Amino acid sequence: MAQADLSTTTKDRVLDRFGQTGRTDSWWAGSLATALGLGAFIVYSTFRALYNGEYDFGEASQLLAGLEAANQPTDKVASHAHLLSPFYSPTIIWPGMPKWLSPAFLILWAPGGFRLTCYYYRKAYYRAFFLDPAGCAVGEPSGLCGFKRGRDYKGETRMLVFQNLHRYFLYVALAFIVLLYIDVVRSCMWPVLDESGQVTGHRFNISVSSLVLFTTTTLLACYTFSCHSLRHLVGGKLNCFPDTAAGNLRHRLWMWVSSLNRNHMLFAWLSLFMVGFSDFYVWMVARGLPDTPLF
Amino acid sequence: MIEATNQQVTLEIFRGDDDGGEMTEYTVEVQEGMVVLDAVHAVQAQHAPEMACRWNCKAGKCGSCSAEVNGHPKLMCMDRLDNYEAGETISVRPLKTFPVIKDLVCDVSWNFEQNSRIGQLQPRQGTDWLFTQREADRVQEFRKCIECFLCQNVCHVLRDHDRKDDFVGPRFLVRLASLEMHPLDDGDRLDEIKDEYGIGYCNITKCCTEVCPESITITDNAIIPLKERIVDRHYDPVAWIWRKLTGQK
Repeated sequence: MAQADLSTTTKDRVLDRFGQTGRTDSWWAGSLATALGLGAFIVYSTFRALYNGEYDFGEASQLLAGLEAANQPTDKVASHAHLLSPFYSPTIIWPGMPKWLSPAFLILWAPGGFRLTCYYYRKAYYRAFFLDPAGCAVGEPSGLCGFKRGRDYKGETRMLVFQNLHRYFLYVALAFIVLLYIDVVRSCMWPVLDESGQVTGHRFNISVSSLVLFTTTTLLACYTFSCHSLRHLVGGKLNCFPDTAAGNLRHRLWMWVSSLNRNHMLFAWLSLFMVGFSDFYVWMVARGLPDTPLF
Repeated sequence: MIEATNQQVTLEIFRGDDDGGEMTEYTVEVQEGMVVLDAVHAVQAQHAPEMACRWNCKAGKCGSCSAEVNGHPKLMCMDRLDNYEAGETISVRPLKTFPVIKDLVCDVSWNFEQNSRIGQLQPRQGTDWLFTQREADRVQEFRKCIECFLCQNVCHVLRDHDRKDDFVGPRFLVRLASLEMHPLDDGDRLDEIKDEYGIGYCNITKCCTEVCPESITITDNAIIPLKERIVDRHYDPVAWIWRKLTGQK
């Protein structure tokens, strides 16, 4: 019987050393992957918002207006269905708008706020960026960025009480889903041009870019409809579901949102990735990547 | 993987009390189907009869044998030795969040004090005690709790920040949810849940859900719905205006 040199006292359980744990697995891997994933998206989306260009393509696009103003050939752009990056949808531009102000910043607060206050993302970034905790049953740092921890911990009772605004961001996010589906429809409506280059009508067709936008919007819809706040609003707030048409409808809605809610984390990540990818795809099409109708 | 073919397993077990102690190594022979609790009992039988260990049903239903096995809060009786690699030393520590009485036995009486603060079901006057299964489904999940206190142990608000004075912990938020969402209950606990039981301290990092041996979805099904009800009451101006207009509570 040998005695190990590991010792443990239980007196100083507050403010343990950061990372102190008996866990022998890679407890840091999940938080690290989350930090890298979220960090990469934040860097990319900020860059694209500041870039403020090549975010749309096709008829009625800002790109086309720019080519027309510069007296450059417009055939290829004008004959394409309208594509718009989700970072810039809806595009809010007015005459005399300062050039430094990117339209992306006028709308990104809404999906950004929805994700910032989302119950899943709160878990993800509290763990990954605030190390609060970095892993289950893993010691936390005694302070972070000048903020003391330990018994000074306030959770979401003081500074973070704004997280309770999540349902208002949900309402805006639901409106965005409608707008993004309108963008999907527009990406399928290809202009029919006469010999002089005038638009005489539209025909429905699908391209890789419209499939990318459709997939993105559907994943965003799944993410939005699996929201914990929506689950509460459609029926979770009730203790009894009366045996009436309205009661049965609310129970069915609650069950449906609950079943989606079980995959909320999956939808959160897939939709985040696809939003970034669809912006990248539109950017590449604007830079010359071929995108032709599939039939 | 540890298998029962004349293999031995080395356990590193905390020996001491709340003033301190040390990890002590013991080696015992592996029998087929052994769980960590069996190995601890073998240590008691062969090496350290004075070692303290709380257990009762050995079936994952009494919640007595909670401990930290290789740092993971677990029921020792549900943790099979064949989950571990051959030659791996398995560490067994008492729950970190509560004072150690002796060796693997903790004083969890703080939890019983919290439980006694919570009132009973408050049925409406003249309640018809029949209700449908679809109304029972939600609160039935919460009744699975075996009070092993693994969720209380892993909750960082209690474990790392020691806010036992302000936060009641996930186990009792589940109990409060089971009352608050009960189809026959007419009580109003939302102000208490916010101010006295400290639900705002929970930052929903879901460790409680990860360790629950009964697979209760503590965060998604109990804590977040309670948080949303508190938003209705305290942080939603539209709901406040609606209540004023319609005369609802």
